[in-house]
Amino acid sequence: MINLNIMLVGVGGQGTLLASRILGNVGLQDNNDVKVSEVHGMSQRGGSVVTYVKIGAKIYSPLIEKYEADIIIAFEQLEAMRWIGYLRENGKMIINTQKIDPMPVITGKMNYPDNIIKQIKNIYSNTVAVDALGIAKECGNIKSVNMVLLGCMAASVNVDKSIWINSMRDIIPDKYIDVNIKAFEAGYSL
Amino acid sequence: MKKLLLGNEAVARGAYEAGVRVATAYPGTPSTEITENISKYDDIYTEWSPNEKVALEVAIGSAIAGGRSICSMKHVGLNVAADPLFTASYTGINAGLVIVVADDPGMHSSQNEQDSRYYALSARVPMLEPSDSKECKDFILRAFEMSENYDCPVILRLTTRIAHSRSIVETGEKQDIELNEYKKDTDKYVMMPAMARKRHVEVEKRMEFLTEYSHKTDLNEIILGSRDIGIITSGISYQYAREAFGNVSYLKLGMIYPISETLIRTFAKEVKKIFVIEELEPFIENIVKQYGIHVIGKDLLPRIGEFSSQILKENLYNKRCSDEEVLINQVIPPRPPVMCAGCPHRGMFYVLKKLKLTVSGDIGCYTLGALSPTDAMDTCICMGASIGVAHGMEKARGRSFSKKTVAILGDSTFIHSGITGLIDVVYNKGNSTVIILDNSITGMTGHQQNPSTGFTIKNEPTKKVDFVKLANAVGIERVRVTNPFDTSEFEKVLKEELAVDEPSVIISQSPCALLKHVKYDGPMKINKDKCKSCKMCLAIGCPAIVNKGDNTEINETMCIGCELCSDVCKFDCFERVGGKND
Repeated sequence: MINLNIMLVGVGGQGTLLASRILGNVGLQDNNDVKVSEVHGMSQRGGSVVTYVKIGAKIYSPLIEKYEADIIIAFEQLEAMRWIGYLRENGKMIINTQKIDPMPVITGKMNYPDNIIKQIKNIYSNTVAVDALGIAKECGNIKSVNMVLLGCMAASVNVDKSIWINSMRDIIPDKYIDVNIKAFEAGYSL
Repeated sequence: MKKLLLGNEAVARGAYEAGVRVATAYPGTPSTEITENISKYDDIYTEWSPNEKVALEVAIGSAIAGGRSICSMKHVGLNVAADPLFTASYTGINAGLVIVVADDPGMHSSQNEQDSRYYALSARVPMLEPSDSKECKDFILRAFEMSENYDCPVILRLTTRIAHSRSIVETGEKQDIELNEYKKDTDKYVMMPAMARKRHVEVEKRMEFLTEYSHKTDLNEIILGSRDIGIITSGISYQYAREAFGNVSYLKLGMIYPISETLIRTFAKEVKKIFVIEELEPFIENIVKQYGIHVIGKDLLPRIGEFSSQILKENLYNKRCSDEEVLINQVIPPRPPVMCAGCPHRGMFYVLKKLKLTVSGDIGCYTLGALSPTDAMDTCICMGASIGVAHGMEKARGRSFSKKTVAILGDSTFIHSGITGLIDVVYNKGNSTVIILDNSITGMTGHQQNPSTGFTIKNEPTKKVDFVKLANAVGIERVRVTNPFDTSEFEKVLKEELAVDEPSVIISQSPCALLKHVKYDGPMKINKDKCKSCKMCLAIGCPAIVNKGDNTEINETMCIGCELCSDVCKFDCFERVGGKND
């Protein structure tokens, strides 16, 4: 039985939805209850997006509240900072080191904060920074950033790796599966 | 088989298992995926209709003809479809008719957060509300039975967190449902005053039977725990309440209209204090209060936005989360949604802003043009409103004002309800300049075909609306087709059309950058030797152009190479990555 609250935060278009679907499918093992809450529509267009995945014996609300997340997978540094209040004490933060400037930064009205990873590490010692974009590029497709991060997270959860790979095979179309598994493995072995 | 399905996918599965023959919709968040998923079943006729009114009329027609039918829309879509809804309540159906409406508390992707439950009340039709994906599927099956047993349309109401959350669904077999026999019945289906008066009597009789049904149906559930608190709730609010209150007593309503007084009294007798927990309006609360039962609801709970278990705890037993503790004391820049890199709307907005026009906007991705740095929109009301609003502005403020005013709307929005506005402009001698942003797809809702794309929902080729001929046919003599990436040409065309004393249509034609067949030549870069740091390129608001102190840079992983930046740059600094200087 797994009991996990996971948040995937990032920028619309980064592939958080696919990662959450694979995660949700993995959660279905052992007769767990699972709920996944997604974001579609306008906020998806390059905006700040958050997906909640809850796995446990019985799940009611699909939302994770403040201090309730066991793990946050941040697909972008600023988004890690935005959602940090949701991580429980001693929770795990996985951060993609990629930075994507939001419009107020692009137009020069605001500054992108400095030293985000260092600041988060000061609060949560269990923080892992991953150059998922670089690893995804090496694996052959920059769009597989999501699988690198998922692999990194999977390595810290007590679920057999084959279950993750099977879940990926269930969801990802055949023609993209190899590069995605490669990216997942790269993240897993970090 | 056990599957993790979105609420919307579960509704689609329910429609399949219920033997639905015809499914119709106009796309709208958070309802779009229902019909997208139904279209995957080969044996269900599925269509994107031009708007929700047509969609419902088609579904009514097929239900009267004897085939089970389903019609889906977002909350504001039911305003458009309200006209056929109210009369279909009188006529009733032959085979089952279910209308799915998805509300958007919190306005994740909507222009208002109206509560569509009031449509059930005023149209006198039953409404069901599921609380997870399993119930989405189950309730669809029940809704079809109810529709046929009580001879009326049934509305299934979702909210965003139900429509867009995944939970476990056990899929079943498709029911073997034959077409019902079609018989002409003018007393029932021709709603002239004499017939309608008789049908209204039937409607009121039906309401009595439905109220009785609401008392005995297992769609409504009394869950008894501690008797100190009793909670009357439905839908997603039930889930939040369970998490916030645990083992108290619940009256979980699956059927939220009509609500039986006997049922409420039965529950009220069991508990000491009653909370009514529902997002948006006090719909259930007011019904319960009409029965003279004291409850606590909107006096403590917000009418605005979504709930969560935390909001319930804070408002109902004053338990604050220790969120006052600030972990990182730094300003976090917000990240509003933006038009994508390569979006064809961006060039047009650049010109609209440059000419300082009053822009009557509409609903679609291009509504994002209202935000900084384009800031080029004055109004956005509802689907298709841009044209009527621009016409009204001219009628109030005169021709000099309309010379600096445009209406803008997308291809799908124009077909949805812009055409009638355009006819009004011509008929009533307006001079509006209307820009149709033809990006060859319905964009914001995630790429749905529409009558102007030449393909059906099942991607079969079909006839497509010719905007030029259509505009000519309603009396627009000046129709221009132009490419928004060529900003100087676009500006020239726009100035000419604003100046002439007659209405005109400009078709800003360039496909959505996210369409698979749209290929540019790959990312651009900035030649630092040529760049004068004038930052003109930042004015177009492209997410791939980054402000780095004195300089600008291009985010090459995001840039697709549309060259709009190159078009607006005075110093010719933009070059293709991999070009001659690399």
